[in-house]
Amino acid sequence: MITAFKSVELDPDAERRRDSVWHLVRRHPGVIFGAVLLMAMVVVAVFAPLLFTVDPAVLDPISRLKAPEAAFWFGTDMYGRDLYSRTVYGARISLVVGLCVTLLSVGVGLTIGLVAGYVRILDAIVMRIMDGLMAIPGILLAIAMIALAGASLVTVVIAIAIPEIPRVVRLVRSVVLTIREEPYVEAAVTVGTRVPAILVRHVLPNTVAPLIVQGTYVCASAIITEALLSFLGAGIPPEVPSWGNIMAEGRALFQVSPWIIFFPGLFLALAVLAINVLGDGLRDTLDPRIARRM
Amino acid sequence: MLAFILRRMLATIPVMGVVAVFVFLLLHLSPGDPATVIAGDYASPEDIARIRAHLGLDQPLHIQFGTWIGRLLQGDLGISIFSNLPVATLIGQRLEPTIALSLLTLVFAAAVAVPLGTIAAWKAGSWIDRFVMGFAVLGFSVPVFVLGYALIWLLSIKAGLFPVQGYAPIADGLAPFLHRLALPVFTLSVIFIALIARITRASVMEVLAEDYVRTAYAKGLPERLVLLRHALRNAWVPIVTVIGIGFSLLIGGVVVTESVFNIPGLGRLTVDAVLRRDYPVIQGIILVFSAAYVLVNLAIDILYTVLDPRIRY
Repeated sequence: MITAFKSVELDPDAERRRDSVWHLVRRHPGVIFGAVLLMAMVVVAVFAPLLFTVDPAVLDPISRLKAPEAAFWFGTDMYGRDLYSRTVYGARISLVVGLCVTLLSVGVGLTIGLVAGYVRILDAIVMRIMDGLMAIPGILLAIAMIALAGASLVTVVIAIAIPEIPRVVRLVRSVVLTIREEPYVEAAVTVGTRVPAILVRHVLPNTVAPLIVQGTYVCASAIITEALLSFLGAGIPPEVPSWGNIMAEGRALFQVSPWIIFFPGLFLALAVLAINVLGDGLRDTLDPRIARRM
Repeated sequence: MLAFILRRMLATIPVMGVVAVFVFLLLHLSPGDPATVIAGDYASPEDIARIRAHLGLDQPLHIQFGTWIGRLLQGDLGISIFSNLPVATLIGQRLEPTIALSLLTLVFAAAVAVPLGTIAAWKAGSWIDRFVMGFAVLGFSVPVFVLGYALIWLLSIKAGLFPVQGYAPIADGLAPFLHRLALPVFTLSVIFIALIARITRASVMEVLAEDYVRTAYAKGLPERLVLLRHALRNAWVPIVTVIGIGFSLLIGGVVVTESVFNIPGLGRLTVDAVLRRDYPVIQGIILVFSAAYVLVNLAIDILYTVLDPRIRY
């Protein structure tokens, strides 16, 4: 009893750390669930060739439109391609697009947000441009950009990332505006610290937590948008086995062979669910102010 | 308040200006000659020249923009390359299904989500609360088109409760109209039920922590009345907020839902226009949707000040 009491007194941080991890697991078992599920998706994507798959592009006209069975776990499509292999390889496209879009939009948004928040003259102009960009429906903007710039992995990533940028800019700008009023920033200004140093040393660290949370939502939405664009026939070239493309091919045959849409759809939903659950958990742990309300 | 409304209305002008510049510049994004891209792979040089002249691409950029914006201000959205009809006419023909789908979705979602969110907040931490919040995360993660096909398979093909696809105009009678729209509306509303339930729960929990709620309990008001009189009275805030932030989500959702359920609305028009590279139509639809976004958000900001006297700008 007394030793336990002492240990708390001697190392309050250890108690708090243990408590916060325990607290996290108990209050948000979803975080663990999300992290494990996401890890599983990453493993599937990275080790796709080792997971009993065949070449996702190989045609086998004799076994067209087979329902799921022992030889074809997820069935086959109208060209006899193995849907299990195609779905597993599709995880690569979705995760790469999700990651690239997140890095691109967070990187660009962070830069613009820091500048807008700190340089008063630019602020009004930049924020009007961001308001305008936000008013354009993201999916339509992406479809139009891809239709004109040509469909490839790079254009798809850029087209999905651009509509996400204004939200990141707004977030970063609001952090900058709060932080620059803090006494320690005023102190830094007084002793003559220059603006770039203030941004890097004082402002940047404060943007990390909200950006990680925002990043997970951008990633989840990017994965949905990519699948959606492919599904509508306006995304990654149709020969690439992405989840959206597989589902697009299954549209016409949906009534006879629903499994063509079902399995990639299931993987898509699971991937997005994993990232969303992880994001919610991170929000609750990193920003207790919001956590109390939601 | 009148000064605020006026200022707020004036503020939409620069936003719409930026939108117009973006939409105009989109055409010039394409690497190389936009006319060649629009004409497609099998176009003859005459086709390309025709499209170039049609879009005025042989003019200098600032003159192109001036002409385009001048026509736009007169309500002229241009002529479709594919069908040779005015874009405004094409959009007008497709408006009914899109508006019907959007409005019914929002009404249905609010009708389901507000009670769910209120109960979740009232019984915070209970199994009902966990169920609602779990549903909210799940509903937010299942993409609309995946859900749409799952529901078609389950309810239309297996159970035979609804028609598989298609649309019946409201002029054909209310019963077939609603019967055809029921499944699309349900599909699209799931994500909004998730969103509205979450925000309702948060706002009701906030209200339940207020002093006047404690006073209401203290004076012996039954729990039911506290919820109805104080908590639910604030329910319009989350709904209105969701319509504002969820509007672009709604537009994306409408485009997809119309494609899945074969509804001849603006979403289908968009997808067809993209596949045919009918650029004036794409431009026109983006402009119309963006204008709608700006106007809806304007209306919401004004609504806030009218409905909640505490909000002052």
